[in-house]
Amino acid sequence: MFDTITLGQYYQTDSLLHRLDPRVKLVGTFVYLISLFVVDSFVGYIAAALFLAAMIMLSNVPFRYIVRGMKTIVFLLLITVVFNLFLTPGEVIWHAGIFKITREGLTFAIKMAVRLSLLILGSSIMTLTTTPTQLTDALESLLRPLKKIHVPVHEIAMMMSIALRFIPILMEETDKIMKAQIARGADFESKNIVKKIKSMVPLLVPLFISAFRRANDLAMAMEARCYRGGEGRTKMKPLVYHGRDRVAYMVLLAFFAICILTRIFF
Amino acid sequence: MIKIQKLIHDYIKRDDEGNAAGTQRAIDGVDLDVKAGQFIAVLGHNGSGKSTLAKHLNALLFPTEGTVWVDGLDTKDEKNLWEIRREAGMVFQNPDNQIIAQVVEEDVGFGPENIGVPTEEIWQRVEYSLKTVGMWEHRKKSPNRLSGGQKQRVSIAGVIAMEPKCIILDEPTAMLDPNGRREVISAAMKLNRTKGITVILITHYMEEAINADRIIVMDRGKVAMQGTPREIFSQVERMKELQLDVPQVTLLAHELRGMGLKIPDSILTKEELAAALMGGQTSQNSGLGGDCAKKEAAHGDQN
Repeated sequence: MFDTITLGQYYQTDSLLHRLDPRVKLVGTFVYLISLFVVDSFVGYIAAALFLAAMIMLSNVPFRYIVRGMKTIVFLLLITVVFNLFLTPGEVIWHAGIFKITREGLTFAIKMAVRLSLLILGSSIMTLTTTPTQLTDALESLLRPLKKIHVPVHEIAMMMSIALRFIPILMEETDKIMKAQIARGADFESKNIVKKIKSMVPLLVPLFISAFRRANDLAMAMEARCYRGGEGRTKMKPLVYHGRDRVAYMVLLAFFAICILTRIFF
Repeated sequence: MIKIQKLIHDYIKRDDEGNAAGTQRAIDGVDLDVKAGQFIAVLGHNGSGKSTLAKHLNALLFPTEGTVWVDGLDTKDEKNLWEIRREAGMVFQNPDNQIIAQVVEEDVGFGPENIGVPTEEIWQRVEYSLKTVGMWEHRKKSPNRLSGGQKQRVSIAGVIAMEPKCIILDEPTAMLDPNGRREVISAAMKLNRTKGITVILITHYMEEAINADRIIVMDRGKVAMQGTPREIFSQVERMKELQLDVPQVTLLAHELRGMGLKIPDSILTKEELAAALMGGQTSQNSGLGGDCAKKEAAHGDQN
């Protein structure tokens, strides 16, 4: 049942984007998302779309994989478009009964759809080319300055990566417990919402107990392997900036500058 | 390598409010001396204190009374803690609950990372460790895609990467199928035989203990029996008293002997039993299994 779930949606292949330092990709995605809210003209959107297209080309990920990420938001996208289309006041260009489309609504709906699509595509480019481990590493490295104000950055990153490791295991366990409870006559199919919530109790209690037991075991195993927090730890895969990463930062900066310019001039 | 003197361990029982409400003695006066390079099997039924004993060897638990030395370091001394944990690696029962990273090679690197090994050397150690347990070709995989036996071998590699002098395996095969069990035990044997690492195997599968240099049988927190596999398994009745089995072949030999067949009481393998039976028929010899095996071989050559 849960066999098909792969965490994140990492697509394994070799490309410039895959090899890029995860910090660059993380920062890049943030900059891209911000720039989508900076631009407000069709020229700006074209620039953003071109940038994204270039990234997709560089990523070597088949286009259908990238589009697959869009499926989850199609519904959200439709609602946004429909609401903006029919409910924006302004110059009416088409109407039927109580429904009317305004010029402003049309522009706004298109912009919104484009913005949302680019947003999703942009972030999936990152998750497609970066493993969850790399992402946690990048986050740990980028947040390191926060250590000065006593934010436990290393611990947070460690927790995240352990959580990622245990999600599939706990899923499998949920499946097992569910089957065990069904075998004893538990009813998980009920349409009645109260019954449904009640039926979760015999599922969640054993799951929690087992999760705590696992946590205890894991803590002991980590201690047995000399884990004592982030102090004095070396890295097996340290993050090192290469020439390409510096170039990528430059490109990013240039792109952001262009976005700001389109905002000013168009 | 490991020396234990009059070790006593009490678990504190707590009531609902978390107040101490008495103690339970898990280990009661154990003395033990393990030489470097030995392969020791610790047997005992559930609750006999064998896992508690194992946790003392890695300084995960500390003696209530008595002393444990690992390579001359007292486990009670806090400044020895990390050195002891590095020297005495530990593999636990549940393969899922001891793999930390999401990629095999990163998990093996976890230990060296913790003790501050430089990056380049971590890679060398990871390669060496994974090759030792035969998991090198799986280094890029997610642990979730491995079988139980493979996961336990990765755990063993994770311990080897810390270059320990001693490995304690705490029922590493309890959750595995027969194939996985064989993989793990042969990996442990190989480490002991070729790298000279002291191995302490805690198990309740008797078949895994027959190749040990010495068997220690625990019962109610005490060492009940101690000796070579042959010495231990020849005492079938005593083992039954301790709620333990002997290997099936040994049991069969024991039953046959009870019915009047002349076979030695220290049979450990199928081959030995076959040899003893054949030998017994042809020459009425009831010497040791090993002798019989030789005779049988010679007998075979003549035909």
